[in-house]
Amino acid sequence: MTAPPDDCLARNEWICGEYLTSRRQILIDAVVQHLQLTAVSVLVGLALALPLAVLARRWGWAAGPVLGVTTILYTIPSLAMFSLLLPVYGLSASLVVAGLVLYSLTLLVRNILAGLRAVPEETRQAARGLGYGPIRLLLTVELPLALPAAMAGLRIATVSAVSLVTVGAIVGFGGLGNLTYAGMNTYFKAQVLTASALCVLIAIAADVLLLAVQRLITPWTRAARG
Amino acid sequence: MTTLTDAWDWLADPAHWSGDDGIRHRLLQHLVLTVVCLVISCLIALPVALVLGHLGKGGALAVNISNIGRAVPTFAVLVLLLLTPIGRWGDGPTVVALVLFAVPPLLTNAYVGMREVDRSVVQAARGMGMTGRQMMFHVELPLSLPMVLNGVRIAAVQLVATATIAALAGGGGLGRIITAGFNLASTPQVVAGAILVAAFALVVEGVFEVAERLAPRWAGGTR
Repeated sequence: MTAPPDDCLARNEWICGEYLTSRRQILIDAVVQHLQLTAVSVLVGLALALPLAVLARRWGWAAGPVLGVTTILYTIPSLAMFSLLLPVYGLSASLVVAGLVLYSLTLLVRNILAGLRAVPEETRQAARGLGYGPIRLLLTVELPLALPAAMAGLRIATVSAVSLVTVGAIVGFGGLGNLTYAGMNTYFKAQVLTASALCVLIAIAADVLLLAVQRLITPWTRAARG
Repeated sequence: MTTLTDAWDWLADPAHWSGDDGIRHRLLQHLVLTVVCLVISCLIALPVALVLGHLGKGGALAVNISNIGRAVPTFAVLVLLLLTPIGRWGDGPTVVALVLFAVPPLLTNAYVGMREVDRSVVQAARGMGMTGRQMMFHVELPLSLPMVLNGVRIAAVQLVATATIAALAGGGGLGRIITAGFNLASTPQVVAGAILVAAFALVVEGVFEVAERLAPRWAGGTR
C-alpha cells in the first residue's frame, strides 16, 4: 500500500480524521502542557489573591492600591506582559506561568474582595455576638459567604487563562498554541483548526467543571432560590 | 537592571524610530487599527444592543456572547482567518479578528445598561406620552450611558491587546517590534516593544478615565 497519498492531509483540508490518528501523541502532549500551564497559573494566582483580598478587606486603605495595581496589570496586553518578563525568566514555561498568574490574580482579587464586601454587616455582628473571633469569623462566615463571587472570578480567570496560554507560543510554551503557531508557518489547516477547537473545548470543560464544583460547595445558594 | 537600560537605549536610538519597521510607523498603525476597529465595532454592536435592550429581547444572547468571546483564543482566530481567503487581503484577518473581539463587551455592557434603567422612570416616560423612539433616545440611552461607555472602554483595551497579538500572525502594529525582537533574539528590543505596547494600553485606559471624570455628572452618577 504505497500508493501516492491522496488523503485529507495531502489535500490540506480543514477537517481531517487522518490528522487526529497520525498526530495523536503530539496532540496529547500539547493538551497536557496546556492543562498544566493553566492549572499551575490559576492555582498560584488563587494562593496569592486570597491573602491579598483578605488584607485589602481588613485594612480599607490597602484596597485602593491593590485594586489600582491589579487594574494596571490587567490593562497590559498579554504579548507585552510575556515580553516584559523575558529578562527575568528567559525562554521558559515559568515565563508563561508568571504572566498568567498576574492576570488570574487581578480577576480573583477583585472578585474575592467584592464577595467579602458583600457579606451583610448584620451577619458579621451576629457571628461576633456568638463569640466568634476574627479568624473564626473569616474562615467560617465571611469566606463561605464570599464563595459564589470568588467562584465566579475563578471561572473567568480559568477560561481566560486557557485562551491566553496560546500566546505563550511566542516562547515555545503555549500548549495548543504551539501547534497553531507551527500550523500557521506551514499553512497546515487541519492542525490550526484542531488545536483551536481543542482549546475552546478545554475552556468550556473547565468552566462546566468549576460550575459543578461551585454548586457542590455552595448548596445553600440553590436552597435559597427554591 | 541592565536590560531596562538596554531597552531604554534601544528606544532612544533615532534609527529605530524611522522607516517602515520604525516605532513611529508601528505606533501609527496600532493607533489606526485600534480607532478604525473601535468605530466599526461600535457601529455594529451599539445599535443592536440598544434596540434589543429597549425591546428587552435577546438578553441571554447579549450576556452570554461575552463569555463565549473570552473562551475563544484571539491568537487561534487570527491564524484561522489568515488561512482562509480573507488572509489574502493584507490587514483583513487583523481587522476582522479585532472587530470580533471588541463586539462582545460592547454588546453586553450596552444591553445590561439599557435593562438596568429604572423601570419606573421608563413607565413615567411612557405615561407622559413619549413614543418608543423618544423613550430610547431621551430616557434610556442617557441613563445607560455610563455602562455603554464602560463597554467602549473595555472594548478599546481589548482592541489594543488583540492588535498586539496580531503581530504573531503577520499583522502590523507595535506587536511587530516584539516579534521582530524575538526573531533577532534581541531582549532589549523585545522589552522596548513591550514597554511601548504597555504604555499605549495604559494611555488608552487613561484617556477613558479622564473622559469619564470630565463627563457631566449624570453620566458618571451611577458608577
